[in-house]
Amino acid sequence: MKRSIIDLWVGIFVAIGLASIAFLSLKVANLTPQSADKSYALYAEFDNIGGLKVKAPVKAAGVLVGRVSSIELDRKNYMARVNLSIDSQYNFSQDTSAEILTAGLLGEQYVGLVQGGDPEDLKPGGRIALTSSALVLEQLIGKFMTSFAEGGAAKDDKQP
Amino acid sequence: MFETLLSPLRKLGHWVIEAIWRLGVISRFFVAILMNSGQSLLRFHLVIREMYFSGVLSLIIIVVSGLFVGMVLGLQGYTTLVRFGSADALGALVALSLLRELGPVLAALLFASRAGSAMTAEIGLMKATEQLDAMSVMAVNPIARVVAPRFWAGVLSMPILAALFNVMGIIGGYAVGVLMIGLDSGSYWSQMQANVDLHVDVVNGLIKSLFFGMAVTLIAVYEGFDATPTAAGVSAATTRTVVTSALVILALDFVLTAFMF
Repeated sequence: MKRSIIDLWVGIFVAIGLASIAFLSLKVANLTPQSADKSYALYAEFDNIGGLKVKAPVKAAGVLVGRVSSIELDRKNYMARVNLSIDSQYNFSQDTSAEILTAGLLGEQYVGLVQGGDPEDLKPGGRIALTSSALVLEQLIGKFMTSFAEGGAAKDDKQP
Repeated sequence: MFETLLSPLRKLGHWVIEAIWRLGVISRFFVAILMNSGQSLLRFHLVIREMYFSGVLSLIIIVVSGLFVGMVLGLQGYTTLVRFGSADALGALVALSLLRELGPVLAALLFASRAGSAMTAEIGLMKATEQLDAMSVMAVNPIARVVAPRFWAGVLSMPILAALFNVMGIIGGYAVGVLMIGLDSGSYWSQMQANVDLHVDVVNGLIKSLFFGMAVTLIAVYEGFDATPTAAGVSAATTRTVVTSALVILALDFVLTAFMF
């Protein structure tokens, strides 16, 4: 076989290798350039976001309407500011509420939007004012344990 | 009586000495390759030629088996994860198991049986037909001319093949998980991106495959160079290459994993 053909094939081979490594580091490990096709931004502030991750789905009535674009801690009021990128074909009213829900008991967390009754729609960049935090299982168990213990103590007090 | 007691012990001792002796020979052979690789790296077209035979011709088997391994991971991972209600984590499962273990190990096993055995057979036949001796007579060092280019071609090809195997596996997992079963495409990628770390998973996996490439090609060229110069000797050497490479890959994988993760 001619040397030029071998050179060409090895060049293709090495290019495939470099492309694979680029795919693994960009697409699989992180750092994807966000595809910003026809979406607008909203944000919501939560007391506690639990295990919500960037790129988690945003759903309204169970339908996928957008994604979480970034999460940061507000430096003034120390609440979690979650930026959402919503598909531009969906509009939500000004009194829309957002909550963080879990798919299944141990599944991925996502943002659920519930449409309100206000005729005015949220503008791009707007803030969703009504939020409820993620349900943190440990805190729930902790509350249950303390109320259980208190109940037990109250019963003990009555007995003598 | 005394002799029947001693002879198994003597056999054991002989076996241990033989094993250590072979280890010493293979280490000296490795040093000889490194000492003589300067010449072959200067004449780089020799390495490129061998990369064609060991790397480019292995592309198809790597692509096809990577795709199927990813598809199987997608199916099996889904049926297990869906019981715990966390089928969304499929992307992370497929990517982590491929990047950390399956990609480097399976690509190296395939490489050993596809390219390693061919290397052994080629060098063994060169030895059997006295081509290596002819080179020595012409004052051409066979290690520099024949062995070192093959060694470096294998070392360079292995990480490329492993990376390609990983990519094909992830695409296979995507095909089954998202296109066939109907998981959310964004969850597949976002779970993957949230759980895969560039340094810990991707780079360590490629370092692993670099070590596997060294081990497999060293065994392949050594067995070829060391083969008994007969038809039966070459065939035995080819078998030994595949068996020894497989064992060394799996043992080395354990050691490297213990150090890395």
